[in-house]
Amino acid sequence: MKYQSQLVAKNYFIAAILLFTGQILFGLIMGLQYVVGDFLFPEIPFNVARMVHTNLLIVWLLFAFMGAAYFLVPEESERELYAPWLATLMFWIFLIAGALTVIGYLLFTYSDLAALTRNELFPTMGREFLEQPTITKIGIVIVALAFIFNIGMTVLTGRKTVISLVLLTGLVGLAVFFLFSFYNPDNLVLDKYYWWWVVHLWVEGVWELILGSILAFVLIKVTGVDREVIEKWLYIIIAMTLITGIIGTGHHYFWIGTPDYWQWLGSVFSAMEPIPFFMMTLFAFNMVNKRRREHPNKAAVLWALGTAVMAFLGAGVWGFLHTLAPVNFYTHGTQITAAHGHMAFYGAYVMISLTIISYAMPIMRGRTANGEKAQVLEMWSFWLMTIAMVFITLFLTAAGILQVYLQRFTEDPVPFMVAQQKIEIFYWLREFTGLVFLIGLVLYIYSFFVKEENVAA
Amino acid sequence: MRETFTKSMARNIYYGGAVFFFLLFLALTYDTHQVLPSGDNHEAINEVVALGKKVWEENDCIGCHTLLGEGAYFAPELGNVYTRFGESTDAIKLFIKSRPAKGVPGRRSMPQFNLTDEELEAIAQFLKYVDGIKTARDWPPNIQG
Ligand code: HEC
Ligand code: HEM
Ligand SMILES: [Fe+2]
Repeated sequence: MKYQSQLVAKNYFIAAILLFTGQILFGLIMGLQYVVGDFLFPEIPFNVARMVHTNLLIVWLLFAFMGAAYFLVPEESERELYAPWLATLMFWIFLIAGALTVIGYLLFTYSDLAALTRNELFPTMGREFLEQPTITKIGIVIVALAFIFNIGMTVLTGRKTVISLVLLTGLVGLAVFFLFSFYNPDNLVLDKYYWWWVVHLWVEGVWELILGSILAFVLIKVTGVDREVIEKWLYIIIAMTLITGIIGTGHHYFWIGTPDYWQWLGSVFSAMEPIPFFMMTLFAFNMVNKRRREHPNKAAVLWALGTAVMAFLGAGVWGFLHTLAPVNFYTHGTQITAAHGHMAFYGAYVMISLTIISYAMPIMRGRTANGEKAQVLEMWSFWLMTIAMVFITLFLTAAGILQVYLQRFTEDPVPFMVAQQKIEIFYWLREFTGLVFLIGLVLYIYSFFVKEENVAA
Repeated sequence: MRETFTKSMARNIYYGGAVFFFLLFLALTYDTHQVLPSGDNHEAINEVVALGKKVWEENDCIGCHTLLGEGAYFAPELGNVYTRFGESTDAIKLFIKSRPAKGVPGRRSMPQFNLTDEELEAIAQFLKYVDGIKTARDWPPNIQG
């Protein structure tokens, strides 16, 4: 480790992995509720498990992004972090606020939580992914501002690289678009219109900048390829992201009462959104093939390549599958959507988080790479989790195709609940595969605790 | 990438593309605001419907249901439930009111929210308002949602 203050990232990564575990456990609860409808009812109704599952995902990814920034920005900027104490303080504030919110979801009925946190004063709750009480949302903004100030000062007063500037742009964008979560008009069409400015412009916009810069950083480190080459790739990838992805928001404006021209605008531009993901795959494999060094951290290289492939599959291929308006007419809001959401989030954002953790954690623990045994375990966990996610996606896709056929396509469409019963078998398969994913995760965590004799310092 | 394609060209495409398409997006958003009033059923929004939206949000109905195709995929689409229930707000109210507190054994269950009469009326009116939003091609594809 070049700079002492990079070490603040460690807590962020540990918290990320712990919250990730919580996310998966609640995912398994929901998976069971899909087939055993009254499981844990009424103690933990499905919607409560779901908000815990999705909010933990978002929060742990934010922890991982922040950890990544605290780790890589000092190294890129060639200086210590502007205010390490602020990073540590924000860590505890964010962790406690996050934990209190999740405990709130679990201990109180949602309407009581809304009353308790005075939602009526400034109503923002009860929209998908934005379930947090308004006070929590304000807390997120404060933490984000302190974080961006800290990172921004470090970047601006140090060596400015393309990687750190792109990362900073992505992080500022993340904070700015989150502000739309405070806009909640009575008009449902407008509510939905701007809700996507948080959700879509995050995952298919500014988060891709964060993803690209972390990937570029790790690739420079593990391949030793010239920075100039890597930076050129980074620019062109994120250029394509924004050129296609901004107007691509239109693929969410097909059926919510918005004007008809979004049908073709959304279709055409979002159909090109796989391009930057495909370029990311080319980029990662090219750089690894042209490597000038053999980095001892084989696991980190595997995660980096895995990210590039799985992001393309989940976001690019599974996104394209249902992004054209005539197809989306039938698939909108079905298990097809769920299938895509899972593989895209995992392939792009979960895997890039695990990539930087894999690269940085050994360094923060005083070695370039883990020993043989730990790395082999980590690579096993890579394959278990990744293959499990591929099968979860395939089962949900099968369920989705049948759902669309039964409920929306045949001459004699059946009610939602009837269709769900007929496709039960795929939900069972998904749940078993989810258990395999959990085994992969347990193995992953275990790989941090393997005792080794001779590790490269 | 070939040498003729330089880093500064890539950077210019990034800045130029980002700014151009973001401005275009803002322009389209402006236009959407101009066109919307003809189909967003805003004339149906009154105090009761606004209260209904709060009831919808403060009970997290979106955590199980989709509304115009967005939300969770655990329970039926509600954007057209008013039509599905024979254009009867009473039927909607009755359904919500009659959910057993302990759920339905073995079946996906909906909680008993213990809504007041005023809230029940409001949520039903809200769902009626949503059903009145003009969606392209009259989405959803059929009555089953
Ligand atoms: C924990 C999950 C859950 C939550 C939260 C939930 N519902 Fe439901 N809802 C269901 C399920 C499951 C069904 C299907 C019940 C059945 O068919 O037995 C349903 C059915 C309905 C129906 C009838 C739909 C039809 O076509 O048959 C209406 C109307 C409805 N819910 C309204 C609401 C409203 C309004 C809210 C929020 C106040 C809400 N639901 C919250 C799970 C939920
Ligand atoms: C890593 C990037 C991506 C992530 C994390 C992601 C995630 C998601 C999620 C979670 C949803 C569901 C939202 C909801 O709850 O309503 C969704 C919807 C959707 N995504 Fe993506 N996505 C990504 C990239 C893409 C790309 C590149 C495309 C197109 C090529 C795409 C096309 C779509 C479409 C069309 C929908 C709407 C589905 C529907 O109509 O129900 N996504 N995405
Ligand atoms: Fe999108």
